[in-house]
Amino acid sequence: MSRIGVFICHCGENIARTVDCARLAEESGKLPGVMVSVDYKYMCSDPGQNMIKRAIAEHKLDGVVVAACSPHMHEPTFRAAVVQSGMNPYLCEMANIREHCSWVHTDRELATEKAIDLVRVMVEKVKRNQELFPIRVPITKRALVIGGGIAGIQAALDIAAGGHEVILVERQPSVGGNMARLSETFPTLDCSQCILTPRMVEVARDPRITLYTYAEVEEVEGFVGNFKVKIRQKAKSVNADICNGCGDCWNKCPMKKIPSEFDAGLGYRTAIYVPFPQAVPNTPVIDREHCLKFLKDKCGVCAKVCTRGAIDYEMQDEIIEAEVGAIVVATGYDLYGIGKEQPNERWKGYGEYNYDTYKDVINGIQFERLLSASGPTQGEVRRPSDGKVPKSVAFIACVGSRDPEKGIEYCSKICCMYVAKHAMLYKHKVHDGQPYIFYMDIRAGGKNYEEFVRRAVEEDGVLYIRGRVSKIYKDGDQLVVVGADTLSDSQVQIRADLVVLATAMVPHKNAYEFAQKIGIACGSEGFYSEAHPKLRPVETMTAGIYLAGACQAPKDIPDAVAQASAAASKVQLLFSSDELEREPIVAKVNEVTCVHCRNCIRVCPYSAIDDKEIRDRHGNLIRMVAEVNEGMCMGCGTCVAACPSKSVQLAGFNDEQVFAEILALGHE
Amino acid sequence: MKIGYYPGCSLHGMAIDFGKSTEATCEALGIELEEIPGWSCCGASAAHSTNHLLGLALPARNLSLAEEAGFRSVAAPCAMCSNSMKKTHELILSDKETAAEVARITRREYRGGVTVLNAIQIFLEYGLDELAKRVVLPLKGLRVACYYGCLLTRPPDLLKFDDAEQPVLMDEVCKAVGTEPVEWGFKTECCGAGFSMSRTDLVCELTRRILENAVNNGAEAVVVACPMCHSNLDMRQANINKMFGTEFNIPIVYVTELVGLAIGVKPKKLGMRKHFVDAMRLTKRLSAEPQEEVARAS
Repeated sequence: MSRIGVFICHCGENIARTVDCARLAEESGKLPGVMVSVDYKYMCSDPGQNMIKRAIAEHKLDGVVVAACSPHMHEPTFRAAVVQSGMNPYLCEMANIREHCSWVHTDRELATEKAIDLVRVMVEKVKRNQELFPIRVPITKRALVIGGGIAGIQAALDIAAGGHEVILVERQPSVGGNMARLSETFPTLDCSQCILTPRMVEVARDPRITLYTYAEVEEVEGFVGNFKVKIRQKAKSVNADICNGCGDCWNKCPMKKIPSEFDAGLGYRTAIYVPFPQAVPNTPVIDREHCLKFLKDKCGVCAKVCTRGAIDYEMQDEIIEAEVGAIVVATGYDLYGIGKEQPNERWKGYGEYNYDTYKDVINGIQFERLLSASGPTQGEVRRPSDGKVPKSVAFIACVGSRDPEKGIEYCSKICCMYVAKHAMLYKHKVHDGQPYIFYMDIRAGGKNYEEFVRRAVEEDGVLYIRGRVSKIYKDGDQLVVVGADTLSDSQVQIRADLVVLATAMVPHKNAYEFAQKIGIACGSEGFYSEAHPKLRPVETMTAGIYLAGACQAPKDIPDAVAQASAAASKVQLLFSSDELEREPIVAKVNEVTCVHCRNCIRVCPYSAIDDKEIRDRHGNLIRMVAEVNEGMCMGCGTCVAACPSKSVQLAGFNDEQVFAEILALGHE
Repeated sequence: MKIGYYPGCSLHGMAIDFGKSTEATCEALGIELEEIPGWSCCGASAAHSTNHLLGLALPARNLSLAEEAGFRSVAAPCAMCSNSMKKTHELILSDKETAAEVARITRREYRGGVTVLNAIQIFLEYGLDELAKRVVLPLKGLRVACYYGCLLTRPPDLLKFDDAEQPVLMDEVCKAVGTEPVEWGFKTECCGAGFSMSRTDLVCELTRRILENAVNNGAEAVVVACPMCHSNLDMRQANINKMFGTEFNIPIVYVTELVGLAIGVKPKKLGMRKHFVDAMRLTKRLSAEPQEEVARAS
């Protein structure tokens, strides 16, 4: 006869509001095999856990059901609690009466009935639970960091500083990411390059860090501690071991008018190029889509001028395979496209701002390039159309952000600050110029942020206009910005020489596909999901994969760096032991009944099942069966469903348990 | 192709040039227009500003008549007419209660089988490539400003036509017949609409801005697809010049007139003599064009 304890949580009011917890406790107490049934306001708290521990000893329980939130939330908490009373953790189960019941129902009577059903089902299951013991697997103490922006760089440096090997993969020819394109940073106005480039050099120089630029992660397999990854090293067409970065090749390249991605289209680059002079590594790559050698099999000038013979037109993409124990995803962000061409149907764009038509309507990153000492104008603010120094500049905040009509509801968080910075830097460079800022609210929460905005207004004479812009049109060689001033309740028209749009931060256009590829989740807008919005902000729901930087949500440099260091310390934590305990929820083949039809081997999505030979003591092959690799099995149960002879069972979810649950549901 | 035709009040009266040009141009293109039998007023702004249901019931009656007569699509060139019909169509389809109420009033049922076309959509349905092939007297190099006003695109979620902030489809039609639409900033700016009588000063101020921006961006004519826009921009030019000391003298043409001219319809048949600002000079440009080219070549 079983001795089960049922523990019902009110979750403050979350559950008690809709479920009659006292009645649930009373009804659960009547179920066969239940020795004790109690309810409490916060079962996850210390007194709540103690109730469970005491009851196990007092009533000599051999099974526990906690009726509370989702097991995602607190199963580990309660299992750890029962262990303290000497019970095997897998004899403790949760009945989810919050997400599956109280949160989604309004009728108290019916919700309580459903909660009783959910508890009864779990009681029947627990009666059939068996003690399970964790599987121990070794940890590969090497980390993969995806993305070489400031977040990825920080994570890689921190993990390496802890003494572990790191593989850093960057899609572009150089590390540095978006931060390398910025001029000066708020709220201190220190130069972005000056604080970033030393870190870029460090990443390249650290012997524990293997850097792959111009490379992409193609495939991630395996599980925490034991990932197998494939990295595609795109053909650079330049042998990096021989090249000394002298620059003869890109100086002589005849294709000089390719819009530079780094300068956001305001400057030009050649077909063989380094994205910017401070690039790391300082070896060029050939952009085959624009190179005459690849387009028409002509030219070949770079190979002729290279004194070291480093140019290799025959170079092929290479697939690099690596084993890593942890992954930090730091893939960064993109900017909202302002015009009509949008990557999805929800985003509408702002045709009325004429971004695609008027050269002097630019976005924030383009203005950064105009301000940057290494930019296309060497840091002089000159407008793209005719190179004139603009005497009035209109900055428009929230272009895309906080505008559900155009498809983005969230706040991009950094724009209020960088718009203030832009206006300030413009004023520092053009003393007789007038900056205007159209804004909705000023969100300057952060250390020294509000002070910074005040400085822009009070010391630099930036004119803030609270209201939206309805359109921008050309009049002569000026732009007329038509908008509302909601503080004076009037329409305003500003004549500006240059308009800068603070566009929303959006996920990479292939963020969703990449999330699927590596097995993590992303929200509806495409930013990657953290495991818990408050308590586990750097972990993903996939063990061993962590997030850093703006791929998770819009954030500024200090936040991105903080999260990167946090992710790195999570990796160090994982690497601090030699073995990892894995959940023993894995499939097992009954070798006596297995007929080796190989169905399970074919359907396993993790390639965790293999053939096994059964031999007699003389070594003669008797027959073949299937065998599950416990290290690789993810416990999905596909093989159980596919087995025609019922020879595969999933520990913790065997047929007996599942059928008992179903039968309990039918009981009235 | 044969489609239903809803001229509304203006195409038979004040905007007879719009009506004539629609009919003549469609005829030349082989689009057979057949008036909806027994059609009545669309209600215009008078109906919907008095009573919401009246504003739906009037167009609903016409839609159901068109449906009954077997038309799958109905051309309603007047922007107000197509606007109210499209809005009614959407609201009846999306809200069962309203639909029932409207059916009770009109004592007719509308099942939603009719697509309403504005003047621009007639040509889009015809096909722009096809249209380009029919061009015989291209208004080559004529720089036009396409003015959409408010009714063609708004409210966007009901009308579902073009980008409400920066529409381009009329520009596409104008390109197809050989003219050059200019980039300008007042495509959807308000012309003052019905305030033409009660607040002429206001309308003159608003239309002045529109004309000014069109001229400053090099337009030689403004193309419209709405009788109200036409009357404000065309008829008020003299007032504006008097009021502001300006010298506007820019032809305002319906898109149907422009297409008609390009495919060789006689200007008289298009009703182009009915304008306040002389639009016939565009037709002179038409005939002069080939000679100029010869002159340049020699």
